Amino acid sequence: MSPVIDVHKLSKNFGAVRALDELDLRLEAGEVHGFLGPNGAGKSTTIRVLLGAAKADSGTVRLFGEDPWAEAVRLHRRLSYVPGDVNLWPKITGGEAIDLLVSLRGGADNRRRSELLERFDLDPSRKARTYSKGNRQKVALVAALASDVELLVLDEPTSGLDPLMERVFQDCVREAKAAERTVLLSSHLLAEVETLCDRVTIIRQGRTVQSGALSELRHLARAAVSVVCGKDPSGVALLPGVHDIRRDGERLLFSVEDGALPAVLEHLLPLDIRSFTSTPPTLEELFVHQYSPDAQGARP
Amino acid sequence: MSTEAPSRGQQDGLQGARAAGALAGTGRLFRFALLRDRLRIPLWALALGGLVGYFGAVLPLAYPDQAALQTRAAILKDPSGALLSGPGYGLENYTLGAMLANEVLGVLAVAAALMSIFLVVRHTRAEEESGRAELVRAGVVGRYAPLTAALGALLVANGAVAVILAAAMLGNGLAGADSLALAAGVAAVGLVFGAGAAVTSQLSQSARGATGLSGGALGLAYLLRGIGDAQRVGGSALSWLSPIGWSQQTRAFVDLRWWPLLPSVVLAALLCLAAYLLASRRDLGAGLLAARPGPSRASRALASPAGLVLRLERGSILSWCLGLFAFALLTGSMGQTIVESFEARPELAVVIGGTTGGDALRAALSAFLRYFAMAVAVHAVVTVNRLRREEDSGRTALLLAAGAGRARLLLHCLAVTLAADAVLLLAAGFGLGAGAASAVGPDAGNLALDVTAASLAYLPLVSCFAALAALAYGLRTGSWWVWLILIASLLIGLYGPILRLPETLLDAEPFGLVPSVPSVPLNGTPLVLIGLTALVLLAAAVPAFRRRDLSA
Ligand SMILES: Nc1ncnc2c1ncn2[C@@H]1O[C@H](COP(=O)(O)OP(=O)(O)OP(=O)(O)O)[C@@H](O)[C@H]1O
Ligand SMILES: [Mg+2]
Repeated sequence: MSPVIDVHKLSKNFGAVRALDELDLRLEAGEVHGFLGPNGAGKSTTIRVLLGAAKADSGTVRLFGEDPWAEAVRLHRRLSYVPGDVNLWPKITGGEAIDLLVSLRGGADNRRRSELLERFDLDPSRKARTYSKGNRQKVALVAALASDVELLVLDEPTSGLDPLMERVFQDCVREAKAAERTVLLSSHLLAEVETLCDRVTIIRQGRTVQSGALSELRHLARAAVSVVCGKDPSGVALLPGVHDIRRDGERLLFSVEDGALPAVLEHLLPLDIRSFTSTPPTLEELFVHQYSPDAQGARP
Repeated sequence: MSTEAPSRGQQDGLQGARAAGALAGTGRLFRFALLRDRLRIPLWALALGGLVGYFGAVLPLAYPDQAALQTRAAILKDPSGALLSGPGYGLENYTLGAMLANEVLGVLAVAAALMSIFLVVRHTRAEEESGRAELVRAGVVGRYAPLTAALGALLVANGAVAVILAAAMLGNGLAGADSLALAAGVAAVGLVFGAGAAVTSQLSQSARGATGLSGGALGLAYLLRGIGDAQRVGGSALSWLSPIGWSQQTRAFVDLRWWPLLPSVVLAALLCLAAYLLASRRDLGAGLLAARPGPSRASRALASPAGLVLRLERGSILSWCLGLFAFALLTGSMGQTIVESFEARPELAVVIGGTTGGDALRAALSAFLRYFAMAVAVHAVVTVNRLRREEDSGRTALLLAAGAGRARLLLHCLAVTLAADAVLLLAAGFGLGAGAASAVGPDAGNLALDVTAASLAYLPLVSCFAALAALAYGLRTGSWWVWLILIASLLIGLYGPILRLPETLLDAEPFGLVPSVPSVPLNGTPLVLIGLTALVLLAAAVPAFRRRDLSA
């Protein structure tokens, strides 16, 4: 089956600013894909190109196998979009805005609309001027989720939601996945990505730096090791792949690259180990590692 | 745009978009635009219709016999009269209808053009700037749908204006075909400038920029026909360069002809076409006039609310300044023509100048200076009203939380507004004076200097309007009543004489309170009183702003 989103060497300039620099992105049907990167990395720009709102300078962009700039209208029947910063018409009520957005996509069933309104605890009879940021975001979410589409494009959709609503959102994404919809989720909330996404793509300065299943990506970062030995273990410092050695009382702390752990264990075994813990990298560490400017050199 | 098929990039503008239903969603967006404007459009139409209805009812009372009408016609034969009204046809046997067509059509057309500019920018560029267009276009919405819906709403709005205008004139017992032509002429100007705003909305990245460009074009159009009409009774070649001139050239109620409306229709169509072509080639939200990067550190001047207001307003102040100066220069350069006509018919000096024995040119320049002061007062109210948008967007709360202080914020904004308006007045005064001086030649004396200095006599009054707007903002009432007072003052000032309103009302009209310098000697008392009024209004505005909640 052909990929739902297939972006290859996409570049986009805004005047002198190179927002996207040969970016690659690929989503298979039915997957929930995390789209990550530091501020200004180019996530929203990529999404705008995918929606046909911005034209690529070079590279191939395929959405459902077609060009989103030329075929925007036809493709939009098959997708819903939620921006991170939702701006609504001040004098139009939330309910009216939802109806407008939904009808522009070709309508939705009313049961689903009222069910979503209830789940997101949104009062549709208030003018948008009086909505809080989170409530404006709920309007866009309800409008997007009420339609029966194949692809959800979500650009930081939960940046204004409280933890309770965040949970409702996560349930909705899981339902979408169960219904075999594809989801592109750009987010800075790593816990959200960790619980929802099958695969992630990490970009930095308009380039894809990593893409793959979360479990694979974990291998790219270092595990944190803490060890107490009867004999002096500081010789591990000489082993390849061992970094950041510190001493904390009798405890020795260091980090180990993914492939280097067997050699470390081999070195430590004869040294009378009293305690040994190895913590796999948290997603957070993974991202700090990938986002930081010197990440390039740390790639395997 | 694919690397495999590079040739596609060339065609996928118009053709590719059309193939994919570039107009999809237009109907829905059109209905939505009408929903959003369900109050605005009827209000504009009723206001314009009401104005005409009022004129139609009052003019016969003000000009009860033919002799009275002919004195009015004589003013129109004079270049300075023509400059601000119309070409002047049917003057030999002046009638109520001819009066409306000659003297009121221009203002109605400008109003319809403003309505159209605001409408089109509101539904196109403002939507993109706010990010709402992105949300909408993510639906099954073609590239041209928002633009087409806006142009549809433009047609409806101008249609409503035309219908109400025609009804008002028919209600006054005026001839049917001529009433229709006048109404159609007003709507035609609205369509041209609405279509023009569709183009400027493609060019500029901001709604303000798009409105400003269109407004500049409107000003130019009014000026061209003014100068053209002043050059020769009935209009000259320059009048024919302006869409407003075309509508006036239908000669309604005198010698009706429809074909001068044709160029408007053609121009509007061409502008629409240009807007579509430009829309097909750009990213959503992008303009063709690219935004440049700015400094990464705030200069010292920016480190206060006044500095911020100045920074935000400097582009707009500069354009107003250049625009007013250019207008004033051209108006002033009509000076020689005006003097000649006064020499030919001395009785006119009485009418235009109001003072006998005075220098006719100075009298005319004083009258013009008053009109320019009215424009500056509009700028003052517009600028102070920007505080509303700043507050609604939450930026005011951000400044206040950073310790700016409410009184300081308001006073700084007013200070910048007034400083800018002083510059605008001086620019207008200097333009008028210099234009007249260069036209008159060596006899001018220190005319340029006199008119420039005289312009500042209007600063207290402009401050008054700024303070009034500040009070409305402080109380956070709508700004409509400030506009009502200002527009009523403008209308009485502009049309009081033609309506022959009572002398007391004319004198009580704010702009009539300012001595018409430089043709009469400066009397400081009214200026001081007006200045005190401004202070009182301001003293009420600050505590009002302190006491209320912020909107966002
Ligand atoms: N219209 C524009 N004009 C100029 N530069 C732009 C424009 N839009 C985006 N950029 C630039 O392109 C780059 C990518 O921006 P983008 O909004 O895609 O980042 P992002 O990954 O979504 O960031 P964030 O996480 O903060 O939302 C940034 O450097 C930004 O300044
Ligand atoms: Mg973004």
